[in-house]
Amino acid sequence: MADELIVDIEKRFSSGFVVAADWSAPMRGGAILVLFGPSGAGKTTVVRSIAGLERPERGRIQFAGDTWFDADAQRWTEPQRRHVGYVGQKPALFPHLTVRANVEYALSDYSPTERARRGDEMLALVELAEYGDRYPRELSSGQAQRVALARAIAPQPRLLLLDEPLGALDAPARSRLRSLLRSVVERTGISAVLVTHDRTEAIALGDQMVVLAEGRVRQVGPVLEVFRRPADLVVARSVGVESVVPARIAGAEDGLVLLKVGDATIRAVAVEPVEDIEIDRQHPDVFACIRAEDVVLQRAAPSNASARNHWSGRIVGVESEGAIERVTIDCGFPLVALITRQAREELALTTGAPVVAAVKATAVHLVARS
Amino acid sequence: MDWTAMWVSVRLSAATMVVLLLVGTPIAYWIAFSKWRWKFLVEAIVALPLVLPPTVLGFYILVGIGPASPLGQLNTRLTGRGLAFTFEGLLIASVLYSLPFAVQPFSAAFASVDKNLLEVSWSLGVSRRSTFRRVVLPLSVRGLVTGMVLSFAHTLGEFGVVLMVGGNLPGVTRTVSIAIYDSVQALDYQAAWQTSLLLLLVSFAILSITYSLQKTVWAAWPMN
Repeated sequence: MADELIVDIEKRFSSGFVVAADWSAPMRGGAILVLFGPSGAGKTTVVRSIAGLERPERGRIQFAGDTWFDADAQRWTEPQRRHVGYVGQKPALFPHLTVRANVEYALSDYSPTERARRGDEMLALVELAEYGDRYPRELSSGQAQRVALARAIAPQPRLLLLDEPLGALDAPARSRLRSLLRSVVERTGISAVLVTHDRTEAIALGDQMVVLAEGRVRQVGPVLEVFRRPADLVVARSVGVESVVPARIAGAEDGLVLLKVGDATIRAVAVEPVEDIEIDRQHPDVFACIRAEDVVLQRAAPSNASARNHWSGRIVGVESEGAIERVTIDCGFPLVALITRQAREELALTTGAPVVAAVKATAVHLVARS
Repeated sequence: MDWTAMWVSVRLSAATMVVLLLVGTPIAYWIAFSKWRWKFLVEAIVALPLVLPPTVLGFYILVGIGPASPLGQLNTRLTGRGLAFTFEGLLIASVLYSLPFAVQPFSAAFASVDKNLLEVSWSLGVSRRSTFRRVVLPLSVRGLVTGMVLSFAHTLGEFGVVLMVGGNLPGVTRTVSIAIYDSVQALDYQAAWQTSLLLLLVSFAILSITYSLQKTVWAAWPMN
């Protein structure tokens, strides 16, 4: 069952910056809505307003039919009564309480046995069953963030709000928590809003995506859709013009990973992050991300070139962005290339023209989707 | 050596400390978390005893609890006697006089608790009052201890206010600082020596213990 989240808020800051976010989206249990945007876009203001930690000047917020905020009707629901789980960039664990007491903090209404059982369950969920007696200062930042996640989920919130929860972590901890986050959300069936400015995170975790830039909502849609078809230049700049191709790992060849998309083969280097690739052996579905700047267009396949990927296809669209043009190619999968207008005119690349797209294996970025 | 006066001082200090813990905590909480734009006025009022001459404070308190005042009349109706020149009257004066010594460390401690912890607690469904009890208070223990010790020590050493309000009744309002003053007036230098030395040692001991327990609490001390 999908609960509708309706956000239509406006908040002014003394600096003159205005956040005016307006969107609504069905929140499916176990699925993640990504609130995406560059730093300073107003993402945190929006998510804190949903949590009830900040109060906008105008507008309304509704979730699953409940009005949490309505400026016109002067309605305001205290954060205590919204039943949301909130995890920020910092774990914010209570330093005077043990890990277990942190996780069970919101379970005062439970009987002692029920509370302990729920605490065990939550600690196991975030893979910290052995850490209950420790104090927050004895944890790594990744472990602390997992405790914060367990604490937020323990009282069974209706909505989980994650404000850049991976932002303060180093790369290995981030990668680990990322896959844990996905499985926790799926297993608990909670709807979640994830704030991030990281494209990898958005692609790996998100189902739906709301793009926020300069305080305004620019686009709402499925994550892949937004990456493939940014609504405007601002979105394209903030998400990065990128082709995201769902692919399947087919094998390896000379240290390169071979991916299959229909009949086409993509060669990629499994440099970064190796552990993601290992996950993929069991779940061979990945996303191959190719930045539009890295795609070279030619009229015919060269006899010898360093690029490992050569895909023949046809041009299906050309959009001008001044001196730069955005060319969409169908080569078994949709691929976007950014080239200069001069180059396009020289090569006579118009819609319908055959073309060969070349991409170095090192320019193909793999994102695991567990 | 006037042990009776010493006992009055200790009782007065202890009572002041307890009352300030109860009265000072909500005031400090309000100062630490209120966003009211005129909050600085309340802070200034709380800090007044730091700069006012004790005689001025004592004079107003004397008028405020005197038989003509509403507070004095209420007390007369309830107990059949006045507040001025009683231990209770002295306690009221001491509480007001030491208010900043309790409230300022309390509110500094409350304000230094990470705001994120409070917000997490609220979003977990825990009321503001319970959050204060379960998060703010335990994390403010050092500030609370500092405030209580300071108000105890400050009351132990008060003179001007006691002189104005207390009335120097042996065993009731004659505190140790008044006793020293009387000894000097009576040219009993030996008694003055003994009592002064005792007060000096006790005060020094209390402050030493406090400083040793919490090295980082006082911003005025440039250590750490």
